Amino acid sequence: MANIIDRRRNPKGKSLANRQRFLRRAKRQVLDAVNEASGKRKVTDVAGGEQITIPADGLHEPSFRKAPDRGVREHVVPGNKEYVVGDTIPRPEGGGGGGSSQGSPDGEGEDEFTFAVSRDEFLDLFFEGLELPDLVKRQVRRSEQYTQQRAGYSVQGSPSNLNVERTMRNSLSRRIALRRPRGEDIRELDEEIDRLERTGTDPERLRELIELRRSKQERTRAIPYIDPVDIRYNRFDPVRRPVSQAVMFCLMDVSGSMTEEMKDLAKRFFMLLYLFLERRYRHVELVFIRHTHIAQEVDEDTFFYSRETGGTLVSPALTMMREIIDARYPTADWNIYGAQASDGDNTPADNPATSKLMADSILPLVQYFAYIEVGGGQMAHVPSDLWRAYERLAEGDSHLAMRRVQTRADIFPVFRDLFTPAELKG
Amino acid sequence: MAPNAAVQQQPLFTGSDWDYRDIMRVYDAIERIAKEELGLDPYPNQIEVIDSEQMLDAYASMGMPLFYRHWSFGKQFARDEMLYRKGYTGLAYEIVINSRPCISYIMEENTLTMQTLVVAHAAFGHNHFFKNNRLFREWTDADGILDYLDFAKGYIAECEERYGVQAVERVLDAAHALMSQGVHRYPKPQTRSLREERDREIERIRYEEQTYNDLWRTVPGEAEAAAEGNPVERRMQRLGLPEENLLYFLEKRAPRLEHWQREVLRIVRNVAQYFYPQKQTKVMNEGCATAVHYYIMSRLHETGQLTEGAFLEFLHNHTSVIFQPAFDDPRFSGINPYALGFAILQDIQRMATAPTEEDRRWFPDIAGCGDWVGVWQEAWREYRDESFILQFLSPKVIRDFRLFRVHDDAQAPELVVDAIHDDPGYREVRRSLARRHDIARQEPDIQVVDVDLDGDRTLVLEHRVVDGITLEKGDALAVLRNLADLWGYDVKLYEVAPETGRVMNEYPAVSPEAPVA
Repeated sequence: MANIIDRRRNPKGKSLANRQRFLRRAKRQVLDAVNEASGKRKVTDVAGGEQITIPADGLHEPSFRKAPDRGVREHVVPGNKEYVVGDTIPRPEGGGGGGSSQGSPDGEGEDEFTFAVSRDEFLDLFFEGLELPDLVKRQVRRSEQYTQQRAGYSVQGSPSNLNVERTMRNSLSRRIALRRPRGEDIRELDEEIDRLERTGTDPERLRELIELRRSKQERTRAIPYIDPVDIRYNRFDPVRRPVSQAVMFCLMDVSGSMTEEMKDLAKRFFMLLYLFLERRYRHVELVFIRHTHIAQEVDEDTFFYSRETGGTLVSPALTMMREIIDARYPTADWNIYGAQASDGDNTPADNPATSKLMADSILPLVQYFAYIEVGGGQMAHVPSDLWRAYERLAEGDSHLAMRRVQTRADIFPVFRDLFTPAELKG
Repeated sequence: MAPNAAVQQQPLFTGSDWDYRDIMRVYDAIERIAKEELGLDPYPNQIEVIDSEQMLDAYASMGMPLFYRHWSFGKQFARDEMLYRKGYTGLAYEIVINSRPCISYIMEENTLTMQTLVVAHAAFGHNHFFKNNRLFREWTDADGILDYLDFAKGYIAECEERYGVQAVERVLDAAHALMSQGVHRYPKPQTRSLREERDREIERIRYEEQTYNDLWRTVPGEAEAAAEGNPVERRMQRLGLPEENLLYFLEKRAPRLEHWQREVLRIVRNVAQYFYPQKQTKVMNEGCATAVHYYIMSRLHETGQLTEGAFLEFLHNHTSVIFQPAFDDPRFSGINPYALGFAILQDIQRMATAPTEEDRRWFPDIAGCGDWVGVWQEAWREYRDESFILQFLSPKVIRDFRLFRVHDDAQAPELVVDAIHDDPGYREVRRSLARRHDIARQEPDIQVVDVDLDGDRTLVLEHRVVDGITLEKGDALAVLRNLADLWGYDVKLYEVAPETGRVMNEYPAVSPEAPVA
């Protein structure tokens, strides 16, 4: 006789803990792969997991194995069609020999390893250890949003908030304290009376018992099972909720001097920042502002893929950012972040205006403003005009951060550097 | 034992959907045939229905219902899941565990015909083999394995909490690298308990007192030499060298390991030992299960309990399970253990009932004896793959598979066919095929031979090279590094040709980089 058991309802994902250990182990390779993959996506298109392929070294599990290209072996293989003793066979490509009966001893290809990571795993790995700077200080703002929080019990409330456990506990202790007769006591009395009535042996005792029962029944009626004083309700208090939405301004110079490659670098940086913010805030909006000598608010595709010609003026972009903030994103309700990418070109006459705008109307409002100078090439060692202008501001204000990015490989290190909390920096 | 096909019964089922009553009915019918006609003696059965995700879970933990945690299982899971989701591989219809009760996992999406096949295959075929085969009886503890795994999982989780995940992972990584060298290949004499040791000591002293003879003292030379002894030999004896079970040696002798680290090594070693019989009996185990399901399904069909449609569905699956691609087929990946095991067992049945002249010459005991069930039972009980092939692989099966042997000398530019399926070749082919299934011969024979106790505690290993096949260098070095980390001091490896004692290859001493202790 066999037991048949349905295990389908048992918890699944028993390997989850193993998977986490595996991902941690493969972190370096996974990060490289993720970094590679991140260039192919749209900035906002991060829904769903990512198929990633990582090299298998580092995840290799070594064991004592026999070298496939040493010594003498005898292979027995099936399916002889024409061979007789003494025939020779050219050695098959890729070692082993005699068909692939030797093959890879553990039956695994160890070159590459492809698997899927979920979006959360992807981002966890990506942003591990990174924090938004000065988040606490600025986040506690006046806010009109409330949320409910449990706050003990109350004696009044709506029936849907009735706390049965508390209520019954009160009821029980009151019944015990007031000596309310229990149901079974009365039933026992009933039985005893019944017996005495049938046998008729002890009329004296029968009368006593009937009297006792009457008094007990009266007491039961007088003391209710549940009294209004027993009743308790769950109590909720409204509490202020910190602002949980953010807006991110992406500013980019799209004048002729910005090459596709520079834009690609900028795009990667914007994408990282967006992903990062999205994990910290419930709702993140994006505003794209491109500029040449004039500034325009555009959608994402236009932002990254269309070209403009013209001179380069930074101040109109900052002005526009300020206008948009005033019009649509009141600081009471929004956390504001800015990211600017540029090759550093600015009309020299515009630099004082830019500095002033930045210092007076942007930095006081934003949580953080990151300036990324892309490309540069041979000019890298000479600070650009814009860089010099910002540098002075950055010295006095920790909300402005600036970095140079030359190649794709720089993006992620720079990003990590920006958001690694100071106490974790070695 | 001749089955009487005359009795026609009602079909057990007609559709492909199933519920628990169906499975019970099928199980009872199978049990009747298995016990009455094949004389199978399995552990009590526990059949558990699971879905594909749970099957993948089970894959990732060596097919066991519970297992300790390690990243390599996560890697396995990620790989299996990917292959499965992309449709490169299907999942097994079942997984069966050598335990009492014997647990068989069956997939929910199997049709009722497949469930019938799976119950016959796993719950009776494999199960009988687990309970009766000598290797499993001697080396595995079906009663205790699930409890032990539960303990192991809990113990390792506790270590992770106490000493940190990384620290435990280091030990497990190193231990896993040595897993193939973590088994006892031959039974050891039972170690004596302390009480027995004491009794023996008392007995010996009394014997010496009784047989004391002062004259012995005057015999020259002998006594002195015995007292001195050879220091190397004394050391070897004290350390129990040579020792082929590297994990056992480290667990007992590594000087710097902490208690919990020894226990972790012990867990890995016990798991390796538990699975060792399965590695040695792949052909037999699958052959047994396949032959049993084939017989039972055929009998169910003969007696009318299986409809024609269901039987055809079964045959379709059965033939794909025992399909053996030829060596030049792109699907070829070695000899299919299902095919070989099944073919040999079927051939035993044929020889016992309808022998040819050749069979009488090659297998006088079996040919025409009629009692093929008896021969099967004997084979299942007493043999492992190597001895099974050596004993029972007949010329007919060699011809059917068109087996031939290729001599592959890594030095030579070409491979040479040196035996085929003809009279001079049968024995050669058979012997080589048996050797290929001899795990002790296929896995490198590596032993601890010495420890420099007076010097720097260097651990000396020796690989006894078979057929000139040395170790793969990159991997060997990686394993040696792991070994050194466990040992805590330098480790050396020599590769030695056992016939001549010539050192073929010498690895430089590997020092521990990140000792675990």
